Amino acid sequence: MSHDAPAHGSHDNYLTHKRGLWSWLYTLDHKRIGLLYLFTILSAFLVGGIAALMVRTELWKPGKVFLDPDGFNQAFTYHGSIMVFMVILPLIPSALGNLILPMQVGAKDVAFPKLNLLSYYVFLFGVILAVATLFTSGIDTGWTFYAPYSIRTSTATIMVVTGAFFMGFAAILTALNFITTVHKLRAPGLTFGRLPLFVWCIYATNIIQMLATPVIALTLMLLVFERLMGIGIFDAKLGGDPVLFQHFFWFYSHPAVYIMILPAMGIINEVIPVFSRKNVFSYWGMAGAVFGIAVVSFIVWGHHMFVSGQSETANFVFSLLTMFVAVPTGIKIFNWVATMYQGSIRLTTPMLYAMAFIFVFLVGGLTGVFLATVSINVHLTDTYFVVAHFHYTMVGGAIMAFMAGLHYWFPKFSGRMYAEFPAKISWFLIFLGFNVTFFPQFILGMQGMPRRYYSYPERFTNLNQISTVGSYLIALGFVLALFYLIYGLLWGKKAPDNPWGAETLEWKTSSPPPHENFIREPVVTHGPYEYQI
Amino acid sequence: MSQHKEHPPEHAEHKGHHILPVLTGAKVWIALLIFTAITVAAARFDMGNVNFTVAMAIATIKAFLVVLFFMGMKYDTNENRIIFFSSFIFLFIFIFLTYSDVLFRELVMK
Ligand SMILES: [Cu+2]
Repeated sequence: MSHDAPAHGSHDNYLTHKRGLWSWLYTLDHKRIGLLYLFTILSAFLVGGIAALMVRTELWKPGKVFLDPDGFNQAFTYHGSIMVFMVILPLIPSALGNLILPMQVGAKDVAFPKLNLLSYYVFLFGVILAVATLFTSGIDTGWTFYAPYSIRTSTATIMVVTGAFFMGFAAILTALNFITTVHKLRAPGLTFGRLPLFVWCIYATNIIQMLATPVIALTLMLLVFERLMGIGIFDAKLGGDPVLFQHFFWFYSHPAVYIMILPAMGIINEVIPVFSRKNVFSYWGMAGAVFGIAVVSFIVWGHHMFVSGQSETANFVFSLLTMFVAVPTGIKIFNWVATMYQGSIRLTTPMLYAMAFIFVFLVGGLTGVFLATVSINVHLTDTYFVVAHFHYTMVGGAIMAFMAGLHYWFPKFSGRMYAEFPAKISWFLIFLGFNVTFFPQFILGMQGMPRRYYSYPERFTNLNQISTVGSYLIALGFVLALFYLIYGLLWGKKAPDNPWGAETLEWKTSSPPPHENFIREPVVTHGPYEYQI
Repeated sequence: MSQHKEHPPEHAEHKGHHILPVLTGAKVWIALLIFTAITVAAARFDMGNVNFTVAMAIATIKAFLVVLFFMGMKYDTNENRIIFFSSFIFLFIFIFLTYSDVLFRELVMK
C-alpha cells in the first residue's frame, strides 16, 4: 500500500507499482495473480502440446516411428492430464478471470486477496507434484485414471492424482473468492441485470466448481487409499466395483466440461457484441441458458458409461437427459448469431476467434448429440470419433475462446497493442490446422479406429497423416502467436484506454490499470452492451 | 433455545457465534452413539436391496444431528441454511442416478 517511489509519477500502474521478483511472488493484486496463473498455465500448455505432437508423430505410420508402446501410453496420458487439469480447467476462470472479473464488477480487488494468492500456490504445488512424475516412472493410465488399472499399474499414479487433488482445491478457493466478489463488491449501479455476461458465466462456473470438485477430490483419495491400503472400493478383486469409479469420476468430469466451456462462452458473449456494435440478443436468455447448462451438466454423466456394464435403465435415462444439453446450448448459439445479424461487424483477431469458436463448437456440440444416442454410441465409443468430438468442444471451445479473450484484453492488461497482421495469420493457421487435425479423426472413428492405440491397419495411414500435418500447423500457429505477443508486450505501440470502444467497466480505467483498478469508483448507469453504432 | 426466540434481531448480528450448551452437546453425542449401535445392529441382518436404504437413512439422521447442532445450522440465518441444504440436492442426484444403474444391473443379463 505504500506510495513511496511510484516509477513513472502519474503513469503509475499495476505493472510498475512495485518492482522486483518478490513483489510479484508475494503480490495480492488480482491482476498480477492472474498473470502468474497465465504464465504457469501457458508453460503447462507447452508441455502438454509437446506431448500431443509426440502422439501425432508416433501415429504417422503403423508400427514404431520413434516411441515404444509404453512411451506412447505415457505421451497420451501426459497430454490428456496436463491439458485437462492444468490448462483448460484453470485457463479462463483462474487466469483471465483473475485479470478481468474484479475490474468488470468495478471492484478494487477480489473479496479475499490473500486467499487468492494462496489458491495460486496451492495450484502451483499441484502442478509441480504432477509434472515431477515425468522424472519418475511416469504415468500411463490415461487422464481418466480408470480403476482397476490405475490401482494395479506400477507407475506414479498417486503423485499425479494428489497433484490433481491440490489443483481442485485451488479451484474451490478461487470459486469461493469470485462468488463473494460478485455478491459483495459490485460498483454502485451495477445491478445483476447489468452484469457483463462474462461475469455471469464465471459465476455459474464457480458454482459448478464448488459443488463438483469435492467429488473428484474424494474419488481420487479413495483411489489412493485403495492403492496404499488395499481397501476394496473399486477393484472387483478386492470386492469393489470398477463401474462405481466411473460414476464417481464422471459425476465430476462431466460438469468439468462445463467448467471449461462456460467461461469460454463468457468471452464470446463479450467479444461478439463489441465487434458487432450491437446489444446482445436476449441478455436474460443468455444468462438463463448458462444456468440451464450448469444444472443439466449434473445429471448427464452416465453418457460416458454406455458400454461400461451400466444397466440399460441407466443408459436410457442418461441418454434422454443428455439430449437436454442441446437446448440451452442451442439458445446460446442462436443468440450469438442473432447478435451479429445486421451488426456492424469488425473482423479483428478476437472476433475471428469468436467466429471460429461458434463454428467449431457447433460441430463439437452436434456430434455430441450423436454420441448421446445409445445405439450410435455403442459403435463409436472409444474410437477416434469421440476423440474428435471432445477436441472440437474442449479445444475448439476453450482454446479458441481463450485466444479471443487473450487478444481482446491484451491491450488492457499489457498496455500495448499486438500486431493485427501476424495475429490473423496465426489465427488462420490455428483454425485451419485444428480442422485438418480433427476432422479426419471423425472419419477414422467411424471406420473403426480405436483411441489410445499404438498402431493401426495400413488403410488408416492417409487420414492419420493428414491429421498429423494438421497438428504441426496448429503448433506453427501457436509459435507465431508466442512471438508476436511477446513482441507486442515489449515493443508494441501504446494502447489507448478503450481501443475497441467497449462499454464494460474494465475499459473505463487506464491501460494498464492502476494498482487498485480505478482512480475513482465507477458508477454504472446502463447495461453492458448498449452501443450506438 | 427459547432464549433465541426472544431475541431474534440480535440473533442475526452475532453471525454463527452461538455457543452450544454442554448439556445439549452431550445429548446429541449420546444420540449419535445410539445410532452408531443401530448401524452395527442393522448390518447383522441381510435385507437385500433395502440394506442400503436402511444404512443411508441412519447415516442421514446422524448427519442431520451433526449439521444442526455441532455445525450450528439450527442457529444460523435462513440464507445459509438454504445454501447448505441445497447441496444435499446434488448428493441426492448423485446417489439416485447411480442407483438407476446399480439397482437394475441384473436386467442386462436377461
Ligand atoms: Cu460428458
